[in-house]
Amino acid sequence: MSRVHNSRVIDELRDRIAGLEGRGSKNAAVLPFGVRQIDERLPGGGLAYGALHEIAGGGTGTVDGAAAALFAAGIAARANGKVLWCLTRPDLFAPALSQAGLHPDRVIYCQADKEEDVLASMEEGLSFGGLAAVVGELVRLPMTASRRLQLAAEKTGTIGLVVRRWRRQTEASDYGNPTASSTRWRVSVLPSEPLPVAGVGRARWLAELMRVKAGECAEYEIGACDAKGCVCLLPVSANGPDQTSWRGNHAG
Amino acid sequence: MPADQPLVVISRSGARRWVSAIDRAARDVGLRVGMPASKAQAIIANLTMIDADPAADAAALERLALWVLRQYSPVVAVDGTDGIVIDTQGADHLRGGETMMVSGLVNSLRGRGLTARAAVADTWGAAHALTRLTEAGTTVVPVGGLSKAVVGLPIHCLRLPADTIQGLRVLGVETVGELSAMPRAPLTLRFGPEVARRLDQLFGRVAEPIEPLRTPELVAVSRDFQEPIGAAETIQKYVHRLARQLSAELEGRGLGVRRSDLVIHRVDNTRQCLRAGLAKPVRDPARLAKLLCDRIEQIDPGFGIEKMVLVAVMAEPLQERQTTASLMEEQVVDVTPLVDILGNRGQRLYRMTPVASDVPERSVTRIAPTAAATGADWAARWPRPSRLMARPEAIEVVALLPDQPPAVFTWRGKRRRVKRADGPERIFGEWWTRPREMQAVRDYFIVEDEQGERYWVYRAGDGIDPQTGSHRWFIHGVFG
Repeated sequence: MSRVHNSRVIDELRDRIAGLEGRGSKNAAVLPFGVRQIDERLPGGGLAYGALHEIAGGGTGTVDGAAAALFAAGIAARANGKVLWCLTRPDLFAPALSQAGLHPDRVIYCQADKEEDVLASMEEGLSFGGLAAVVGELVRLPMTASRRLQLAAEKTGTIGLVVRRWRRQTEASDYGNPTASSTRWRVSVLPSEPLPVAGVGRARWLAELMRVKAGECAEYEIGACDAKGCVCLLPVSANGPDQTSWRGNHAG
Repeated sequence: MPADQPLVVISRSGARRWVSAIDRAARDVGLRVGMPASKAQAIIANLTMIDADPAADAAALERLALWVLRQYSPVVAVDGTDGIVIDTQGADHLRGGETMMVSGLVNSLRGRGLTARAAVADTWGAAHALTRLTEAGTTVVPVGGLSKAVVGLPIHCLRLPADTIQGLRVLGVETVGELSAMPRAPLTLRFGPEVARRLDQLFGRVAEPIEPLRTPELVAVSRDFQEPIGAAETIQKYVHRLARQLSAELEGRGLGVRRSDLVIHRVDNTRQCLRAGLAKPVRDPARLAKLLCDRIEQIDPGFGIEKMVLVAVMAEPLQERQTTASLMEEQVVDVTPLVDILGNRGQRLYRMTPVASDVPERSVTRIAPTAAATGADWAARWPRPSRLMARPEAIEVVALLPDQPPAVFTWRGKRRRVKRADGPERIFGEWWTRPREMQAVRDYFIVEDEQGERYWVYRAGDGIDPQTGSHRWFIHGVFG
């Protein structure tokens, strides 16, 4: 009898904590990857709506952020609705986003001159509601700014994605600094899927889940986004090259 | 009438008939403004002459000023008989800054067949002088560079009566710099206070407010304050009130606002403006007020604000539309409010849409974010890089000609051995639009190095015929 009572008290307390954390029933929804191994590591079984998620590249991807942008595009493509993409460097090639499942009619680009304007536009986009996702390409994401974005996202249930790209590869150690984002990913390129003939197969990424609120870190070798924005788990390559050489460079 | 026939406009002053305007063809044959009509006729036989119509000119200039008011800035007025003065403050951000604004203005006037020159300066006087005396189509004087820009200008740019200018010339004064260095007292004694006033206006020592052009059809609401206000919260409160009043006014006329100006009159008789532009006609007071309140920190209340006016400079018909309730959850969200908010902060918003072109950098174009959905997608299903360089960068390559991918390439000082490659994807020049590309060819390859990093490289030329390109290699994009 007392155990039943206890569990009810604990449930009540959990609800109150969830309420304090700003996770109402409306925002509890998640966007699953559709890959069981990834989803089971994420609380709720997917990327939380109404939260901020950080994605960075690894290796030279810290500078160009090519894989990270596609990973974000895939997530945004699977959410339903329009996407606001805030950036300062307009080098994103829209056909690639379209190939990752994000139709050009769905993306509104917001080009700013300064990083602060990107943050302000993201916050405005997140608090607007009615967008599927807000993506921002940022160099620096201070704790205060990320907290603001996270709060704006919580209010409306819009998914916030920050693609971190730095000016130099050495600056990427900044990725170790804490932010308020609920998950943090590093997506680096791996040699593509081998084909029986000469050519480049489906791109593969090493997606490292470096931080997740109420969850454990993990890493996956995944196939890049397909035409619907879905990633898939590809078996670990036995003859893959040694990745440790560059991974050791960035403690983070 | 053929365009190469000289054409002059003849004005009358008393019994004298003189040339007051000429076209390019007339200038080329040696006619000048100010010469007697009989002399012009003596130079060119059967010259086409038109009598000047100052009233029609003034009306046309006012129409042009109204167009500028709608399109460019809240404070616009006719300047003399041949110019328009525009206050760019508070409105240039919608056009991407002062330089972009004036070049866009001059270009769009040129597109309508008008020859225009524009100058941006700290004061009305300086801009007036520079517009009329510089040859360049657009001049932008940086803040603080005013005295340097005007010091060498001749004195007839000072908006002084002709006999005063003549008198100053007799004294040997030619430039603004010389005039401003002269002692004031004798000048005032001889020519009256006008000379010193114009000089001070030119250098910005005396304020010269622009009385904005208004027409009866503009919808405006205003609010006078008994006590000057200054606090941001108070301004915000009254902006909301004015927006509600304006919406009510517009509702009566069935209009929605596309562009609205908040004009703030301060107690020291200066004026400040905020302009808010909207992508679609709107009558929602909350949205309008938010756009204006967003930039409330730009208002400098000084000693206080005594009057606020909200004008719907550009209004378009807005019909009430009935929304149909549907059981479907799917709802198309209108993003125009967000676009308005971000656009009024000076961010550039756009969507990308396909263009039928195989050349990668020409295959995308920007369209307005609120444009109707095109539904179009890129036809090519070949992999495309997620980052495309604005300018392809040259790389050092070891490759077998004519159609093998590179074996090794060096980019930004790093040598990469190619493990896998795909290609070539041959792209031909668009000779139907650019004759120079008649034979141009690019061969694109996807290359992957040992780390698995994938790049999009191309060779200019087909590898055999030097006519098709330089056979140099470039990197154009990075795959994710």
